[in-house]
Amino acid sequence: MTLAVFFGCAFIAFGPSFALFVFTIAREPLRVIILIAGAFFWLLSLLLSSLVWFIAIKASNSQDPSLQRGLLIFGVFFSVLLQEVFRFAYYRLLRKANEGLAAISDDDSSAISVRQMAYVAGLGFGIMSGAFSMINVLSDSLGPGTVGIFGDSQYYFITAALMTLALTLLHTFWGVVFFEGCEKSRWWVIAAVVSLHLLVAGLSLLNPLYEGSLPPVYVITLLMGVWAFFSSGGSLHSLSALCTRKT
Amino acid sequence: MLKGLMFLCVLCSSVEQKIYVVLNETVPCVRLLNATHQIGCQSSISGDTGVLHVLETESDLDWILSSGPHPPYMVIMETAFFNRSVMMRMKNSSRVAGVAVIISKTGLADNFSPHTTCPNQNTGVYSESYGSDLANCNGTVWNPLGNGLSYEDFSFPVFALKDENQTQVLRKCYEDHNQRVNGSAPQYPLCAMQLFSHMHAVTDTVTCMRRTDLQNRFSINPEVLCDPLSDFNVWTSTRPLNNSAKGHAADESVVIAATRLDGRSFFWEQAPAAEGTVSGIVTLLATIQALYPVTQEAPPPRNIFFSFFQGEAFDYIGSSKMVYDMEKNDFVIDMNNVHSMLEIGQVGLRSGRSLWMHSDPVSRQNKSVDTEVSEEEGKLSLFSHALSRSQPLPPSSFQRFLRARRIPGLVLADHNTSFTNRYYESMYDDAENLNVTYPPGLTPDEQLVYETDAAKSLAEVATLVARSLYLQAGGEEKNLNNITADPKIVSHMTSTNTHTHTLTLTLSLSLSLSPSLSLSLSHTHRHMTSSHTPPVTRFVQYILANLTGTVTNLTESQCQNPSELSTENKDLFSYFWVSGPASVNGTREPFCVRASVRLSKAVSPAFELLEYGSRNYSTWTESRWKSIRARIFLVASRELEVMHILIKNLIVSMIFILIYNNACLSYFTPKRQNKLYTAFFFFLHI
Repeated sequence: MTLAVFFGCAFIAFGPSFALFVFTIAREPLRVIILIAGAFFWLLSLLLSSLVWFIAIKASNSQDPSLQRGLLIFGVFFSVLLQEVFRFAYYRLLRKANEGLAAISDDDSSAISVRQMAYVAGLGFGIMSGAFSMINVLSDSLGPGTVGIFGDSQYYFITAALMTLALTLLHTFWGVVFFEGCEKSRWWVIAAVVSLHLLVAGLSLLNPLYEGSLPPVYVITLLMGVWAFFSSGGSLHSLSALCTRKT
Repeated sequence: MLKGLMFLCVLCSSVEQKIYVVLNETVPCVRLLNATHQIGCQSSISGDTGVLHVLETESDLDWILSSGPHPPYMVIMETAFFNRSVMMRMKNSSRVAGVAVIISKTGLADNFSPHTTCPNQNTGVYSESYGSDLANCNGTVWNPLGNGLSYEDFSFPVFALKDENQTQVLRKCYEDHNQRVNGSAPQYPLCAMQLFSHMHAVTDTVTCMRRTDLQNRFSINPEVLCDPLSDFNVWTSTRPLNNSAKGHAADESVVIAATRLDGRSFFWEQAPAAEGTVSGIVTLLATIQALYPVTQEAPPPRNIFFSFFQGEAFDYIGSSKMVYDMEKNDFVIDMNNVHSMLEIGQVGLRSGRSLWMHSDPVSRQNKSVDTEVSEEEGKLSLFSHALSRSQPLPPSSFQRFLRARRIPGLVLADHNTSFTNRYYESMYDDAENLNVTYPPGLTPDEQLVYETDAAKSLAEVATLVARSLYLQAGGEEKNLNNITADPKIVSHMTSTNTHTHTLTLTLSLSLSLSPSLSLSLSHTHRHMTSSHTPPVTRFVQYILANLTGTVTNLTESQCQNPSELSTENKDLFSYFWVSGPASVNGTREPFCVRASVRLSKAVSPAFELLEYGSRNYSTWTESRWKSIRARIFLVASRELEVMHILIKNLIVSMIFILIYNNACLSYFTPKRQNKLYTAFFFFLHI
């Protein structure tokens, strides 16, 4: 729709994650590696789930729209489950790697804590998920037209960008909470993360009823942010202490 | 309708398909150049976008040109408004991004000719040195209804909307989003259209050919910018001429019967030219059909040379090339062989059965020429009227022959002073203009053989022309009664020429020539293009082969290499491998046809002589282009775009305020990141 929309949506979707990357990850090579590996794991999960969906589509009757929609819903939920499986697999991999890192380091302790790894892995998942959601839409936003000639809402681009932003942050928070749950063997935490992910995916299927999908997703994002903060060791006391400290 | 289209797209997840509706059938106007000017239309390289507005009333015109609040506009022009005054106002306005003209018969004015009032005025025979009082249409204005639109240069794209369904899609989009409610401006989002028709050539032929030559010489991957208009003339003769013996043909005195093969209009490759060209082609073909058997049984002393000239609309490309070849001794005959000439002009609209014979008054000042022409007139005087001695020739190929030598000749036409064709060289010169009408209830097959009034009229002209040609060639009067044109054949040719039928049943022959150039006249354009042989040249060539040729029993390989056989002569004849009529069970029996039909190259001598700025020859070239397409979509308001930026800035600022409290993330950030932070902050706020 022109350059204004392109830049606007690009920075809405990727600005915060880009800022987080620059300020918290870019200087530490180990974190960069974990981030990229995390992104790769998410990519793998997407590849496998899309393979399954593709086979299902080809094997089915392509003329039946309700069947196709049903297959799409199945594909979405299957993909969510697969992403969480890969998140768990990545956790196991990082635990193994942590032992190895501790073994080769100078002072016998790992250079990076599990909490930091959790945050970086979650961010990796989030960035890759955001990229796949948004790049295709961004490239079409450069042309002169906007969505709407077939009756779709003209707020398509901005809602796509906002949704991507929410999902990126959610993946980050889920990473933190999930790894914490695995560390402490609290399986109800893992179940909660998986079900929240399924809920968000289901809400996105409500589109184009944007009122039904975006506000609930942002509420969930906020709640997850709070949960992740407390889960990674923060407390109300430390929060007030931080914010009253002079900068 | 749009919702229906969307439903088809239920699984397509491409965002692009949500945004754009691509229009499939596009009919553009392209750029042509000659020695001094460029004409036609041009879009910018990334297309021209404008908000749709339908031009139906005068108030719409004011809205587009002055009062509408969302310029530039893409105008959807109703047929009635496609005239010179409106188009000139559009041309001078900066608020018009492009025009899409609805082509239909509703609202069509009584006359419309985008050609000039004096066609080919600079390359005819009349000039300062020859008949100066008749030059530049001082004597007679041939096309007084011409508005010259085809010869204007527009800096925006102009497309034609011929498909009714597509026009409906555009109207629906306009009505849904762009309609004015009670005189107030429509609200965003608005329906817009983007037209792509970027032309590579600019200024004139000299510039374009110079740049092309530079490319060809110095570039590894040369980019040709324009092509000279070229195609082929079709010729045949009653006695075969030796094609390899160029120059003067000994003991040959030839009567030339000629007509033109091409037409044009404002848009690219749209030229039905029913009255302007097809009437002449069909008449000459029927003449040949009537004359040929008699000339074989009782041959007249002189040879009769039939010629169909291509490219006559663009300063006589075909005829100037043939005359040039004759003068250079590069053709089977030369000017000394030519005895006289008879040209068939526009003969379709004969009202009251009158036909006019035009002659050149300047050459008739010469006594001998005058007597010859009077004799020729005498032979034709059964149905036709001679004209006054002071009237010049209409635009015709004969003028190019006169430029070379003052030979006696006549041009037959259905008009006295100015054309009776009110749609000369336009898209509306179609079967309806020729009054080709069928009684209701006929199937297409029945229509093919029904003898319309137009067919009968043309058959009469053909009979007249055939008989007078026979007499002109010195034949005997007693054979004249055997020469009659068959109206059935004429109706066959008119029905397939002027309707958009595929040529499957034409003359019960369907032809194919290796390598598989099958003939299909699916649309009746006979515009001269610069790239491929248009169907009409092939059509005429094969019909001539059918009418004048003989069937031989050669095999396919022999047909393609007849020089190996002693009984066949490749110099005198052409050989066509033809797939024969379809039999009852659908199979075809191919055979070899031998005919003395030839093609001769029709490209302006200016390009052979490399005189791109020539004043004597045609210098027309057609620009090249990469893509011509059109699409519609919605555009959002400026406010929405600004909103995107504002939200982005809001979010980014929030993040940075959070990060600025370094302490909140003190696990992660080392101190002293202020410089990086500030730079980043400003960067993200663009």
